[in-house]
Amino acid sequence: MSNDRTITLEVMRYRPETDAAPSFQSYVVPYVEEWVVLDALNYVKDNLDTTVSYRWSCHMAVCGSCGMMIDGEPKLSCKAFLRDYGSKIRVEPLSHFPIERDLVVVIDDFIEKFTRIRPYIIAQSEKPVSEGEYLQTPAQLHKYKQFTLCINCLLCYAACPQYAHNPEFVGPAALSMAHRYNLDSRDSGRDLRQEVSASHEGVWECSFVGACSDVCPKHVDPAAAIQQTKIASTMDYYKALLPGGK
Amino acid sequence: MMGRKPYIREVSKTTWWLKHPRYMNYMLREVTSLFIGLYTAVAIDGVWRLQQGREAWEHFIAWTFSTEAVFMHIVFLVFAVIHTTTWFNVTPKAMPMHVGDEPLPDAAIIGAHYAGWVVVSVLALLIAGK
Ligand code: SF4
Ligand code: FES
Repeated sequence: MSNDRTITLEVMRYRPETDAAPSFQSYVVPYVEEWVVLDALNYVKDNLDTTVSYRWSCHMAVCGSCGMMIDGEPKLSCKAFLRDYGSKIRVEPLSHFPIERDLVVVIDDFIEKFTRIRPYIIAQSEKPVSEGEYLQTPAQLHKYKQFTLCINCLLCYAACPQYAHNPEFVGPAALSMAHRYNLDSRDSGRDLRQEVSASHEGVWECSFVGACSDVCPKHVDPAAAIQQTKIASTMDYYKALLPGGK
Repeated sequence: MMGRKPYIREVSKTTWWLKHPRYMNYMLREVTSLFIGLYTAVAIDGVWRLQQGREAWEHFIAWTFSTEAVFMHIVFLVFAVIHTTTWFNVTPKAMPMHVGDEPLPDAAIIGAHYAGWVVVSVLALLIAGK
């Protein structure tokens, strides 16, 4: 490991109290083989410029708070190794979200949508604790497990051109979370969620670019969840046309 | 409390898809459907000629052997293959399947589509060869 090798971090800065628009600021940081971009940012904050703002917490790809554009690609900065980039790395706040300050984006829109799809189990009837757990077989778990892995990092929204052009779009993570609960054998809240998922701003706004699944760091495959929801919603439509359909 | 002033970055309505190869691939897939549509128009034209009578039909067939028609068909074929394969390759996402408790591997779902394609093509060729 050479100690004098350095890289340049070009960080997008936006200070709402003084800046009319964002601009880039460069910092020279040591190159350390096992560092990720987040380590480089922490180096800047600790040694060069305490005013740089960004979010992070776990440093192990589980909290979902450190998402940013790294050389134009949405990435978790705690999972993006310096060694996979050149000598100059450009870091910007996640695309398609308003910038609060520097690398921090405003995510209120997502939180509202996420709440709207009711991301929790809605049981047909609550059973008392004395009656024991809601049991589930491994096969029932397998059906939705992949969609539980979402860490709400919002990289998928930053990759989605539909969300960029229509901010009303409920979007990949919220729609796949709705799908996750719909597939859960303990849940019976699908009808409620469909009001959001099957609406025009729901799955039908998706044109299957597939960018969300490409960038998802947890292999949730939100594009798959959305296409599956489209098929299920279409089936609902035809079922309703049948005699005795609801 | 400090005043907030969130900054919104505009995304171009017309050139966004040039920003990333993955967006360009998507556009390519979408554009190919145009050629599928055009070929359908040619096929419908053929059926139209057929019902107009023998002369019109033979005229149409003769046209399909002309240089420009052959060229056009090659272009259509290339786009149709891109269109078909890109869609085949994403089918496991839309239609995950299980056999018993085990998920079916993606390759099996995609493979079944290719197999179906071969069967239909062979049948079409057999009928056309009659
Ligand atoms: S679906 Fe993937 S990319 Fe989107 S928020 Fe969840 S973990 Fe992040
Ligand atoms: S810091 Fe938690 S996901 Fe990166």
